[in-house]
Amino acid sequence: MERRDLVIVGGGPAGMASAIAAYESGVKDILLLERDQYLGGILNQCIHTGFGIEYFKEVLTGPEYADRFIKKIRNTPSIEVSLRSFAAKLEKDKTLTYLKPGCLNEVKPTALIMATGCRERTREMIHIPGTRPSGVFSAGLAQKLINMEGLLPGREVVIIGSGDIGLIMARRFILEGANVKAILEIQPATRGLKRNVVQCVEDFDIPIHFKCRVSKIWGQARVEKVSAVKVDEDMKDIPGTEFNITCDTVLVSVGLIPENELIEMAGVVIDKKTNSPISKEVNATSVPGIFVCGNSFKVYDYVDSVTSDSELAGKMAAEYIKGKR
Amino acid sequence: MKSVYDVIIIGGGITGTAIARELSRYRLRLAILEKESEVSFGVSKSNSGIIHPGTQHHPALLKSKLCVLGNKLTRVLARELSIDFKEVGELIVGFNEEDYKRLLRLKEDADALGVPGLKIVDRRWLRKNEPNLSVEALYALYAPTAGIISPYRMVYDLAENASANGVEIYTETKVESIIAQGKVFEVVSPDRVFHSRFIVNCAGLYADEVARMAGAGNFKITPRKGEEFLLDKKKENLTRHLLFPLPSKISKGILVTRTSDGNPMIGPTSEDMEDKNDLTTTAEGLRKVLEGAKKLVPSIDENDIIAYFAGQRPVSGDDFTIRHEDGVRGFVNVAGIQSPGLTAASAIALMVAGILKNTGLRLKKKYFFRRHRKKEFHIFSAGLKKTKRSVKKDPSYGDIVCRCELVSAKEVREAIKRGARTMDGVKFMTRAQAGRCHGSFCTTRIMKILAEETNRDVVSVTKRGKGSELVKDKRR
Repeated sequence: MERRDLVIVGGGPAGMASAIAAYESGVKDILLLERDQYLGGILNQCIHTGFGIEYFKEVLTGPEYADRFIKKIRNTPSIEVSLRSFAAKLEKDKTLTYLKPGCLNEVKPTALIMATGCRERTREMIHIPGTRPSGVFSAGLAQKLINMEGLLPGREVVIIGSGDIGLIMARRFILEGANVKAILEIQPATRGLKRNVVQCVEDFDIPIHFKCRVSKIWGQARVEKVSAVKVDEDMKDIPGTEFNITCDTVLVSVGLIPENELIEMAGVVIDKKTNSPISKEVNATSVPGIFVCGNSFKVYDYVDSVTSDSELAGKMAAEYIKGKR
Repeated sequence: MKSVYDVIIIGGGITGTAIARELSRYRLRLAILEKESEVSFGVSKSNSGIIHPGTQHHPALLKSKLCVLGNKLTRVLARELSIDFKEVGELIVGFNEEDYKRLLRLKEDADALGVPGLKIVDRRWLRKNEPNLSVEALYALYAPTAGIISPYRMVYDLAENASANGVEIYTETKVESIIAQGKVFEVVSPDRVFHSRFIVNCAGLYADEVARMAGAGNFKITPRKGEEFLLDKKKENLTRHLLFPLPSKISKGILVTRTSDGNPMIGPTSEDMEDKNDLTTTAEGLRKVLEGAKKLVPSIDENDIIAYFAGQRPVSGDDFTIRHEDGVRGFVNVAGIQSPGLTAASAIALMVAGILKNTGLRLKKKYFFRRHRKKEFHIFSAGLKKTKRSVKKDPSYGDIVCRCELVSAKEVREAIKRGARTMDGVKFMTRAQAGRCHGSFCTTRIMKILAEETNRDVVSVTKRGKGSELVKDKRR
C-alpha cells in the first residue's frame, strides 16, 4: 500500500487551491486525484464571465480562472496530479481505493482533503408527476451538452427554479438560437445573484413566474408541454391558476447537494438535510485528518470564496501533518 | 424461395423471450418481433420484480398453478443464465381477527396448491423478524419462497441466451398485419415481411389487436396502471421480507418490497385505464402509495423517494389466456399475462411448447444447446483482488463512467454489444444513470460511447427509441 502525506480528491477550484496552499505551508508529498481528463472541474463548462472579481480583481471566464491554478500546479513538482482517477472507496483509517484506466490503487494518506463538489437536485427529488420523456435535463447537464459537447439539447425551453445555473442557461439557450419560454420559481423571489437576473434574464426579456410550480410534465417520447400552477404563502396550489406551456425541453435548476458519500463511508458525521459534514469549524469534519473544502463542504455563491476557504483547508491539513510527525 | 420460420413470437417481453429460449432447445427456426427499440421495453420493464410463491390467487385459476411451478423453474433459470435471484420471503400482514381468518383461508388455498413452507406467524415473531413493521400488525402469513429478481435483466438475459441458441430478434419491428396463406402465416411489418408456420402472440397490452389481425380470438386487453416509487439504497435494510397487505379483489394492494439492486420500492397503485400509452405518475398516486406503505411500515419517509415510474398491466379477465386458436391453425395466444406473469413465465414457456407440439410442431432436441450464460462482470461485486486483476487485464474496467453506481466504460460497451441501443437500455443493463444523480454526470459520456459503438452520430442517440432523441441538433 502506498503512503502519502496528503491526498486531495477533486481537481476543481477547491482541490487545486488547497493543494497549492498545503504545498506553500510545507507539505511536499501531495497526490491530487481528478476523475476527469483535465483539471478545472465544473469551471471548464462555465464559459461565461464573472469569475475572479474578488480574488484576482479581474473579470475572467471559468476556464481562464481555472487555468491560473492549473499553471501553478504544473510548475509544482511536489504536487503529483493523477487524472482519470476515480476515488471509489474510503475506509475509517483513511485508506482510499481509486481506479484509473489500467489500475486499481490503494493509498493511505496522513491527511485527506475532499474537494468533490456537489451534484444537482433532480426532478425526482421534487416529485414532479407526469411522464418520463427525453428532454428533461438538470441545468448543469444542459450546460455540459452545449459548452463541452457542442450539442443543442432543445429548442423550446422551460426552466424550473431560478438558481444561478438556471439563469445562466436561460441566456445560453437564447444565444444558441433556442427560445426560453419561461422560468418558473416556487419562491416569491429568485435564488440567483442579482447580476445574473439582470444580465441573463431581464436583458433578454425572459418571463419569470414567481410563486409558481410545475405540476406535470407531458409527452410520450419527448417533452411536449408542462402544466404549472400558482401557489400561496403556504406553498399550496391556488385553484383556477393552472396554465400550460408548450415546450420540448425542461431544465431543472432547483439547488445543489454537496457530494459526501465517500466520507460518509468512512464514518464522517453528515447533516442529513444539507448533506454537509457537521462541524463547528470551516473545512473540518468529525474525523481528525479528514478535511472537506469548497462546494462539498457547503454550497458557495462565488468561486472566489471557494478558493479562499480551500486555501485554509490546505493550511489546516499542513498543520495536521506537522503535528503527526 | 421464401424462407419460412417455424415459429414467430410477437412481443419481446418476459413471456415472449421465455418462450423463445425454451423453444431454442429444439431444431427450429425462430424469431422474435418486437415493436420497441429493445426487448423488455413494454410491460416487463415496469414490473415489480417479485417471484411470487403462489399465495395470492384462487387455486382453481391457471395462473395459480403456473405461478407455483414458475417459482421453482425461475430458480433453475436464474442459475443457468446467471441472473441475480434472492429468496427473501414474504409476509401477508393482518391487523385484526377478521384478517386472521382470511390469512388462514389463504394458507389453506396455497397449501392445496403445493406452496412450500407456509406458516402463520404471530406478533412476537413479527417484532423479532421484521422490526420496522407497524406495531398494529398482529399476524402474517409467511411464505419463505418469495424472491426478487430484476425483471428487465431477466428479459435481456433470456433474449441473449435465446439469441446464442439461434433465435433471431428483430427490434423496431411492429407487426401491422397477419395473413394466413394455407399452412403459412404472412407477418407484415413496415420494413419486412416474415413467413412462419406458427405464431405465438405475446404482445402484452396489444395482444388483443394482434389476435384480431389474424382473426384469432376476440378477447379484449384492458390496461390497468400501477405507479411505483423507489427509495434510496441507503434504506436497503428497511425491511427483511416483502410486505403485502391482504389482497383486494383486483390487486395485491400497496406493497413494501425491494428491487434486486437493493432499493426499497413502494406501490403499485391499481387503476383501470382507457389509454394503453398512459404511463404518467400522479400526485394522487403518490399519496395513495405513501398511505398504503405507511400502514405497513410507518417510518417510511417521502424524502427518501429517489425515482418513480408507472406501468400498465395487460388485463383480460381474471386469468391468463393461453391457448391454441382452433379456428386459426397454428396461432397461439398468450394474453392477459399480468401478475404473476414474471414468476410464471418459465412455466408458461413449457406450456406453450406443449401446445405447439400438440398442434403439429415437431420438437427435436438440438445436439448442442447452450444452457448457460456467462455472468457479466461488475467491478467490486467480484471482490477487490479479482477487480484489481480485471482492471489490469482490461484497462477500461478502471475507466468509471457512472460515479453513483460505479459502472465502468467497459461495462457500458459490453451492454451495447449485448443489445442495448438506447440510454434506457444501457441503464437497465448496467445501472449507469440509475443512481442518485439520475445521469447528470454520465449522460454525455454514455451518449458518446453509444454513438461510437453503434457507428452513429451522437445527435441520433435516443432515450428509448425513435422520437426520444436526447438532443435536437449540433450547436450552431
